[in-house]
Amino acid sequence: MRYLAHTAASRKALLDSIGISSVDELFVDVPAQARLTKLLDLPLHQNEWEVERAFQSLAANTRQAGAGPFFIGAGAYRHHIPAAVDHLIQRGEFLTSYTPYQPEISQGTLQYLFEFQTQVALLAGMEVANASMYDGATATVEAVMMANRVTGRRKALLSNNVHPHYQGVIQTYARFCGFSEEKWEETPLLDDQVSCVVVQYPNFYGEIEDFRNLAANCQSKGILLIVVVTEIIALGLLMSPGEMGADIVVAEGQSLGCGLNFGGPTVGLFATREKYMRQMPGRVVGQTVDCDGKRGWVLTLSAREQHIRREKATSNICTNSGLCALAFTIHLTLLGEVGLQRLAKLNHQKAMVLATELSKISGVKLLNKTFFNEFTIQLPIPAETAVNELAQQGILGGVPVSRLLPNHRPNDLLIAVTETVTEIDLQRLILTLDTMCKGL
Amino acid sequence: MMMKYTDQHEWIRIEGDTGTIGITEYAAHQLGDVVFTELPSLGKVMAQGSEAAVVESVKAASEIYAPVSGEVIEINKALEGQPDLINTDPVGAGWFFKIKISNFAELDKLMEESAYEAFIGTSH
Repeated sequence: MRYLAHTAASRKALLDSIGISSVDELFVDVPAQARLTKLLDLPLHQNEWEVERAFQSLAANTRQAGAGPFFIGAGAYRHHIPAAVDHLIQRGEFLTSYTPYQPEISQGTLQYLFEFQTQVALLAGMEVANASMYDGATATVEAVMMANRVTGRRKALLSNNVHPHYQGVIQTYARFCGFSEEKWEETPLLDDQVSCVVVQYPNFYGEIEDFRNLAANCQSKGILLIVVVTEIIALGLLMSPGEMGADIVVAEGQSLGCGLNFGGPTVGLFATREKYMRQMPGRVVGQTVDCDGKRGWVLTLSAREQHIRREKATSNICTNSGLCALAFTIHLTLLGEVGLQRLAKLNHQKAMVLATELSKISGVKLLNKTFFNEFTIQLPIPAETAVNELAQQGILGGVPVSRLLPNHRPNDLLIAVTETVTEIDLQRLILTLDTMCKGL
Repeated sequence: MMMKYTDQHEWIRIEGDTGTIGITEYAAHQLGDVVFTELPSLGKVMAQGSEAAVVESVKAASEIYAPVSGEVIEINKALEGQPDLINTDPVGAGWFFKIKISNFAELDKLMEESAYEAFIGTSH
């Protein structure tokens, strides 16, 4: 028996009601070359151990991040996730429904989300945070749309130094959600049409910019400053975005608790000032007392959300990244404040060592004035060539900037250094690059 | 002074060319505890039936519609700190905003108190 609920007749009724003639028409927005025109060429069926073996041999062709020197960052970072995290997220106390609408059976989930919000607000230097978004990029575009609601304006100014993927997500939303976005390089033009200015901290190239003047200028014109953080560990050392004068802080929380996960799932962080709280997207957990005066947690401010306010909701997001948020919270709790600071220092120190040594190589130039654990160097050869050669030697040496920005200088290489990088890893990268550049 | 009512449960008190607008006791009771109001900005010009404000309770968020066309000349700042005035005194201290009425003919489309009482009698 096949467990397919739909019959040809019911499918036709559904298609008729939305006025299209085939299911394929639903996919017209997907570029034609990306659509399947015929079924995938898969073997019919195999038994379980045959399938396992087939997949093991496929997996053996993939180089794991942990298998050798690894310097890839550009928005996703390889950090050590303590073994306790994976163990604790599987405990029964957290196995309530992921949407904790019923507080009486979801106290475990609600309590950790409340802790999560507290941690995010503290890291961001903000007054309120939500119970998480899908990822850093969607959190950023939600921040832009929130700024549009708060200001009643519809133009976002994006710094050129914001991660290109994040810019892409904002452009996609702008096309369909009735706002415009413009790029700026040196200084943004703050006119009375502008709802928000979006900057990244540290920026895509690893540079740490001081936004205090920009924040003051934005404030004087009623424009919201949105600060994006893609490497949350940086906030263990840097002045918080809130202290710098940010109005909304959004971040990718992947570095804490989540592995690289092939690029996802990850966890988006979202925090803002209390005065904008009702315009904030997503779920919020609040602490309260029950009828006996005992402490407990509930979803609060739900009236802003889609399940109550329908099309007038602050956002379409009716969910959060529950499991990744839990892992984030447990990892950060295990570290504690001092632990996070020490981890951040360790990242920075290792990056300092590498940047200093690489700068000594003839023809190599460090392009950053400041950085946390990621920086950009200019090589005397195309970065793509260098990265491929390094990979031949078992070293994953970073991300050529031109891979994300095709018109960018081809010799620029983005290098990330986390606590997981060893002395030997550093030496191998330095020596291999040195030999490569000498051989010119 | 006269009072008129809409089928969206707003009341408007007319004094000269000023209309004071709020929600009825019935509506306030239906909403439950009000926790927040979003009021229009001063000088905003609104057409009859357009969205003028938002009232949020522990259960729901609802739109408040302009009973007649006009320009906002005053908002009830007290609601910012005491949204519960809408529950305790919906027809008095819990008013939302005042407008300068621009088209008196529109008032004819609204209900008198007796008609409104009958209306809510049937909408249970």
